[in-house]
Amino acid sequence: MWSLLQIELYKISKRPRTYIAFAAITAIVLIFQFAFKADGKNYMNLMLQSAGDTFGVDRSKAINGYFMCYIILNTLLIQVPILVALVAGDAISGEANMGTLRLLLTKPVSRAQVIIIKFIASVIFTIALLVWMAVMALFLSMLIFGTEDMIIFRSKGDESQILQITKDDVMWRYLAAFGYAAVALTVIAALALLLSVFAENSIGPIIATVCIVIVCTVISNINVPVIDKHVRPWLFTSYLVGWKGFFYIATDSENTPIKGSVENWPAIRNSLYILLAHIGIFTGAAIYFFRKKDILS
Amino acid sequence: MATMLEVKDLSKKFKDAEAVKNLSFTVEEGDIYGFLGENGAGKSTTLRMLLKLVKPTGGEIIYRGKNIQNDHNEMLRQTGAVIEKPDLYKYLSAYDNLSIFARLSGMKPQRSILMEQLDMVGLASRAHSKIKTFSQGMKQRMGIAVALVHSPELIILDEPTNGLDPQGIADMRHLILRLGKELRKTVIISSHLLSEIEMVANRMIIIHKGEKKIEGNVAELLDPSNTLVELQTTNNASSFLKLQQSKWAKDMEDRGDAIRLRMSREEIPLLAASLNEMNIGILSLRPRHSLEDYFLSLTNQDAHVEPSAN
Repeated sequence: MWSLLQIELYKISKRPRTYIAFAAITAIVLIFQFAFKADGKNYMNLMLQSAGDTFGVDRSKAINGYFMCYIILNTLLIQVPILVALVAGDAISGEANMGTLRLLLTKPVSRAQVIIIKFIASVIFTIALLVWMAVMALFLSMLIFGTEDMIIFRSKGDESQILQITKDDVMWRYLAAFGYAAVALTVIAALALLLSVFAENSIGPIIATVCIVIVCTVISNINVPVIDKHVRPWLFTSYLVGWKGFFYIATDSENTPIKGSVENWPAIRNSLYILLAHIGIFTGAAIYFFRKKDILS
Repeated sequence: MATMLEVKDLSKKFKDAEAVKNLSFTVEEGDIYGFLGENGAGKSTTLRMLLKLVKPTGGEIIYRGKNIQNDHNEMLRQTGAVIEKPDLYKYLSAYDNLSIFARLSGMKPQRSILMEQLDMVGLASRAHSKIKTFSQGMKQRMGIAVALVHSPELIILDEPTNGLDPQGIADMRHLILRLGKELRKTVIISSHLLSEIEMVANRMIIIHKGEKKIEGNVAELLDPSNTLVELQTTNNASSFLKLQQSKWAKDMEDRGDAIRLRMSREEIPLLAASLNEMNIGILSLRPRHSLEDYFLSLTNQDAHVEPSAN
């Protein structure tokens, strides 16, 4: 198993398309950092105005490394599924397209093993992508913008909220948020892998994954009671941005933030369960269908 | 010799067609076993079933006395295969590809062994070139190197000469003969060309529309005592009349565009000499086996069997 995984990771590392994702993240993060360095104060003024600032936030310190990372993640974690699908959607279909799948399967390796290894390799790729995001969006931003207490703008129904987290209470939240994002993106990887089983070129599963994510995201955001009640709770896309929950700090009766707390632990826990269930279902289905498949490519 | 592989009533039904129907055959240890059939006869499907790529809908595959339905890996550990095109990871070097497939076959590849393997197929000097820079012939040889890297006892080659130039075909043929005769491997080779099978195989099977038509020893099947000779002369009609007066008249037929005679293989030079003596201008004199005719009748081709490329 270990040897198979090494081979898979070696193959992924040698494919130029693997690095597209890293290059895209680097470019986006650098553009954000440049933009905020150049004109961040105007953005902050605008946000504070629209949120109705009652904290008396020190605007000169509001744009810091922690805040920057939050803003970048807010934007990037919506796009990253596409980058994950690029690799996971290619896992089986890419081999079928190259013709290496039939050679691979004539070796004494079970099909379930092949799927499991491809899945683990996709997870490792996803984690590597998130680590790179952490390096670029968090650590580089900390270097460029420094560290201060973190301000978060939150929309809650029709209301806008400003949350403030002290700087010594931030790092663990990022660690947890990246961990959560890894699970959420693994759902995308598992879905892309499942679709990859049915295709003989990688474009199909990559596009199909992106389409499914878009459609489900739209459904997740439709405010119709029947969908809210019966559909949204079961869609994985409803939980992709659940990482934000780690930054929604709980407050006491006087509205003072409680250090080390989060507002709704059970919601985060339930989101994780649903995401993990999706990973299990998608990966299990991939194994089931791949074991039954005749390799005619 | 011991039986290595026994296939009993193997069948494969796809949604709309039955690709293989109750196919049974036996491969003995040391055989170069030819799998002959026209395109779409079910050769590749059968070989893919042997290799676990396609699931049979019926029948048994028995390898070394064990039904492999529940544990195919024991057979796969001892098998090397090239199915259709030898597709490899184009973005990796020849050496990397070989190393990967050696590891997948369960061996710990040593540099010397891998280089030896590349040397055997004449690619040692290109060990570190990426596969995408290789010609079709080089890829084919690389496919053989991958199939052999873990020193399997059974080698399955599906149409290994497809897409090769005449020199490539000749090299491949020598390699297959070397595998069987020098390295004592058991080889199953499929082709739609009888001439190709005839040159390398000692035993063969003909399949047509998924069914076995004939199986046996190549030498016996090709039966040199009953060779059909196709003769084309400058004037077939008058040549036929002349031949009717000769000792060759007993088994002869005028087909218009050619005269067909039946004789043993040894008699062919004597016929050529007689034609010379009778001042018959020869355009072509071509021996054909009864098996060739049989194969052609199955495949519904016209008078000419596809000649080998060299």
